Amino acid sequence: MNALQTAVQTPQAKAAYDARWQRLMDCVALKQPDRMPTALFSTFWMAKFAGVTNRELMYDYEGTAAIAERVVLELEPDVCSPLLLNTAIGPVLDAMDYKQLIWPGHGVGDNQPYQYLDREYMKPEEYDDFIFDPTAFYLNKYLPRVAGVFEGLEDLPYLPGLHYFRLVGGMRAFAKPRVRAAFERLFKAAEEVERLVTHSVAFSERMATLGFPNSHVSTSIAPYDFVADYFRGATGMMKDLFRNKDKLLELLDKATIFLSKQTINWAKGSNHPVVFIPIHWAPDAFMSPKQFETFWWPSFRKMMINMIDAGIIPMPLWEADCTKRLEIIKDIPAGKCIYWFERTDMVKAFEVLGDVVALRGNISPSLLTTGTPDEVDAAVRHLAENVFHKGGKLILDAAFGLPDETPVENARAMYKAARKYGA
Amino acid sequence: MSEMTTQEQQLVDWLADMNEDDAVALAKRMLLEEKANPLRVLELCRMAMDIVGKRFEQGEYFLPELVLAGEMLENIGAIAKPLIVQAPGEQAKKLAKVLIGTVHGDLHDIGKNIVSFMLDINGFEVKDIGVDVPVQTFIDEIDSYKPDVIGLSGFLTIAFDSMKETIEAIESKGMRANRKIMIGGGQIDEAVCNYTGADAFGINAVEAVTLCKSWAGAVQ
Repeated sequence: MNALQTAVQTPQAKAAYDARWQRLMDCVALKQPDRMPTALFSTFWMAKFAGVTNRELMYDYEGTAAIAERVVLELEPDVCSPLLLNTAIGPVLDAMDYKQLIWPGHGVGDNQPYQYLDREYMKPEEYDDFIFDPTAFYLNKYLPRVAGVFEGLEDLPYLPGLHYFRLVGGMRAFAKPRVRAAFERLFKAAEEVERLVTHSVAFSERMATLGFPNSHVSTSIAPYDFVADYFRGATGMMKDLFRNKDKLLELLDKATIFLSKQTINWAKGSNHPVVFIPIHWAPDAFMSPKQFETFWWPSFRKMMINMIDAGIIPMPLWEADCTKRLEIIKDIPAGKCIYWFERTDMVKAFEVLGDVVALRGNISPSLLTTGTPDEVDAAVRHLAENVFHKGGKLILDAAFGLPDETPVENARAMYKAARKYGA
Repeated sequence: MSEMTTQEQQLVDWLADMNEDDAVALAKRMLLEEKANPLRVLELCRMAMDIVGKRFEQGEYFLPELVLAGEMLENIGAIAKPLIVQAPGEQAKKLAKVLIGTVHGDLHDIGKNIVSFMLDINGFEVKDIGVDVPVQTFIDEIDSYKPDVIGLSGFLTIAFDSMKETIEAIESKGMRANRKIMIGGGQIDEAVCNYTGADAFGINAVEAVTLCKSWAGAVQ
């Protein structure tokens, strides 16, 4: 697959684009690139950069695209995340009456970030329903709970089993006022999503014409995190490790299948091989090694293998500190993944994983937000000298993107230092 | 502390070993059928939680065990507490008062809740004032509750400035003397501690307990 779609580029921009993309692909293939590549991931830092509110960034497709372009041209990363899809999602969330997030102008102040509402969106006694028929569970229960736009779909009949004249009779439910209203709202919301995606694609194409590829377009999730974050809630899931462990393992097996299928379809559809997978529940402090090896790792490993077999490059972002997991997560085919580390000791990660995966990250959020440009410079130099120049395939980035509060001069210092020490 | 009976030892072991079904059933039987002293049952729970805390410190237990322990304790407490007939002056003396909340702009509460629970079962009087707490609310609560320790929690990087602002306000109101301020949360480290002006930071609930015990002069 080629990440570049239909953009028209100058020869110079094409050369820059190709060189940048090659740096990323060299890292993935464990070949030494011509210099240490840099990546950019940003959400509301762009608001700070441009002097607008977080809310403005969320609700203005074109304004946000213009800001994002200025950011990319100034920092000159080798690859950047799909900056609109990270930010300009206010109209879509409104149209969906999305309930799992609160965002600027909708539950939090205009200058606060959006935040996920950790709740129990699936009760423990619903495991069996979900496992038996995930689609029915989605239609009749889960979707109406997580977004108002789906309210009414609970009134749809249970679809499996409808056949022949029962199917004819079953059709009646689609004329119910609540179902009809839900579909009408869904059409409108889908049109808004289409607008967002159109702007996002246009932005990516624009950046491609200027020589900057995306690091990824689509995202996915580890099966355990999928269940923990979006269904059972953090504490519900932690209790399930004791109370519902067999059902949890059964659901993780099943989710591995449908998440793999969906992720692969999405990545192929986006025409970009790298899939970003933020990892929430792997950190050292969150569960014991035995729990990790029982509940967390097997399903995710299987999913990554499925992706790799389909020609996809998984890019998990291992949040927090996963230093003690390195030996376990090493067990994947070499030269096929990018492991992005937030707070894991990157030098240690290089020692353990250097011959298996490319690395991405991990300039500290506290340093970027509270330190000086000189301190940022020193931190980049440390990684360049101790990872990249020792043979590590390091894509330099902040820990989990530029923290929203990062002073602009610190961001500049980070990318400048990467060019200085990464040559 | 009196010697434990075999049954009492069994309750402590089951609680400490995360054997929820047996532990809660036994506690229920002791309280409702055998009319055991509810204060004694809660004392046994606390002893079990000491073991849980130690296993956490030693890296044997992690967050899932703390969460389940909290839930077991809550379930047993819900049965035991209504049965307690408190004699005047019988209330256990608490080590110190801790006011805790997630600073404004941040809604995360899991870490804070676990810290509150661990402080509570370690003998502290804890007042948890929730998430997204405005600076003024902290000031008002400090004024009325008069805590010995103030715990500021936050998971997002936005919390760095909120913590700094809260601590500056506490100082400017002259409320910092004879009090300690600790911070904690996903991104908190030494640099953030210095930036915010907190007295100390912790990376988990047991560190919060250790800090509070040292400040309360309770470390042996």
